[in-house]
Amino acid sequence: MTAMLDVSDLRAWYGQAQALRGLGFRLAEGGVTALLGANGAGKTTVLRAICNMVRTAGTIAFEGRPLTGLSTASIVRLGIAHVPQGRGTFTTMTVEENLQLGAISRSDRRGIISDTERMYSHFPVLRERRRQQAGTLSGGEQQMLAVARALMLRPRLLLLDEPSFGLAPLVVRDVFGILGKINREDKVTILVVEQNAQLALELAEAAYVIETGRIVMSGSAADIANNEDVRKSYLGY
Amino acid sequence: MELLSNQILAGIATGAIYACMALALVMIYQAIGQLNFAQGEMAMFSTFMAWQMIHWGAPYWAAFVLTLMLSFAGGVVIERLLFRPLAKAPILTNLAGFLALFAIINSVAGLIWDFTIKPFPSPFGSSPFLGSRLVSTHQAGMIGVILLVLAVLFVFLRFTRMGLAMRAAAAQPESARLVGIDTNRMIALGWGMAAAVGAVAGMLIAPVVFLDPNMMGGVLIYGFAAAVLGGLSSPPGAVVGGFLVGIIENLVGTYVSGVGNELKLPIALALIVIVLVVKPSGLFGRQEIKRV
Repeated sequence: MTAMLDVSDLRAWYGQAQALRGLGFRLAEGGVTALLGANGAGKTTVLRAICNMVRTAGTIAFEGRPLTGLSTASIVRLGIAHVPQGRGTFTTMTVEENLQLGAISRSDRRGIISDTERMYSHFPVLRERRRQQAGTLSGGEQQMLAVARALMLRPRLLLLDEPSFGLAPLVVRDVFGILGKINREDKVTILVVEQNAQLALELAEAAYVIETGRIVMSGSAADIANNEDVRKSYLGY
Repeated sequence: MELLSNQILAGIATGAIYACMALALVMIYQAIGQLNFAQGEMAMFSTFMAWQMIHWGAPYWAAFVLTLMLSFAGGVVIERLLFRPLAKAPILTNLAGFLALFAIINSVAGLIWDFTIKPFPSPFGSSPFLGSRLVSTHQAGMIGVILLVLAVLFVFLRFTRMGLAMRAAAAQPESARLVGIDTNRMIALGWGMAAAVGAVAGMLIAPVVFLDPNMMGGVLIYGFAAAVLGGLSSPPGAVVGGFLVGIIENLVGTYVSGVGNELKLPIALALIVIVLVVKPSGLFGRQEIKRV
């Protein structure tokens, strides 16, 4: 089976500093994969590398097609939605405008309208706040908006960077519940980067652990969760 | 009373021009975070192109529309050739680029059309408007055309998908790329639109100040004052700023003794300084907050 995303020998640099030192992984279509690791391990850089937002070498293939040399915008248009750290919300625009922007690369008016409705049913609070400036939403609402905006692209692959960051535990449960539902119902493949390893491993089927720019462990989410080292380093028990 | 209302109306007329220049400046400022010091010269060059077409026998409005299209294309070309390569360069390099552009356009215009002052036709004539001695039909027409242009721009930016994409690219370029917006294209579009809006200002002010390569110098300073007053981050603010500067300039020139035509320009400059001191982000601008 060809993987939906096939990354090999990926290296990345910020100026002179090398952040990724030749890592590779594959994402199965329709699955949820977690990238775990400590601060500064390179998790975020992997996501940025996929969208060509950082200087890279190595190969990244999406559905068999190499992404080398494509601009961020054209990679996104292939069906890769990216919710960055800080959520990428257009803070000065309304909730509804944010959703419209998520679908800006699509031209099927009807589909956009019905998807907007679908997002409002996934996230009822966004419907209530549709005319409100996105910057005035609470952290949890902004994260929901970020996920909804990303889904408006009708992505094949959803990249999530720390979706639990800065959220109250109950809100985190909500957001992760919806992510699981989206994965099952809409058949969106998900790659999630998380500090909260326990949470990520509940959602994911497979996981990779990154340390200083290299993958040091990979396996099913259950295996990783039961691994002694991982438990000590990232799960804290 | 009649003097006051007439002075305000005349202020609105010149204010409309300042509003256009301020809007052009803000559009480019929003796209690339730089002030286009050559905006006035670009407008002047556009106006010369219109003059040339009319001189060759083209009807006024045909020349007007064709000039807008050529200016748009010119703006896009300038962005591609000069400022895209400079996009990641330090601010001073960009500043040098703008000054070079200023000098180049100014001398090329002088070379082609020489520096003698030329009259520029008005499609509205110059008879008194509704019997007013201070406001001419040209000024009234000027207000009308500019309000129309501003309305079209507002509808475009506010209610179309392309306008939404442009606003998104200006507000948060990285996020915009992550929803698939080609931000380079949006920057080019911003330059094109700014050049066209500037051309409108140039063609409409030319019958008043007459046409020569240095005609836009003063106007650009008022445009800067208006943009700073309204806030560089706010296109509607720039427009309001333009009208305010026009009105203030006229009223101060009329009612404050000792301030004649000679002292009007320093008023604009004083206004820039006062706004920068009291409210650096302008009347309608947002304070930019950077996370470190």
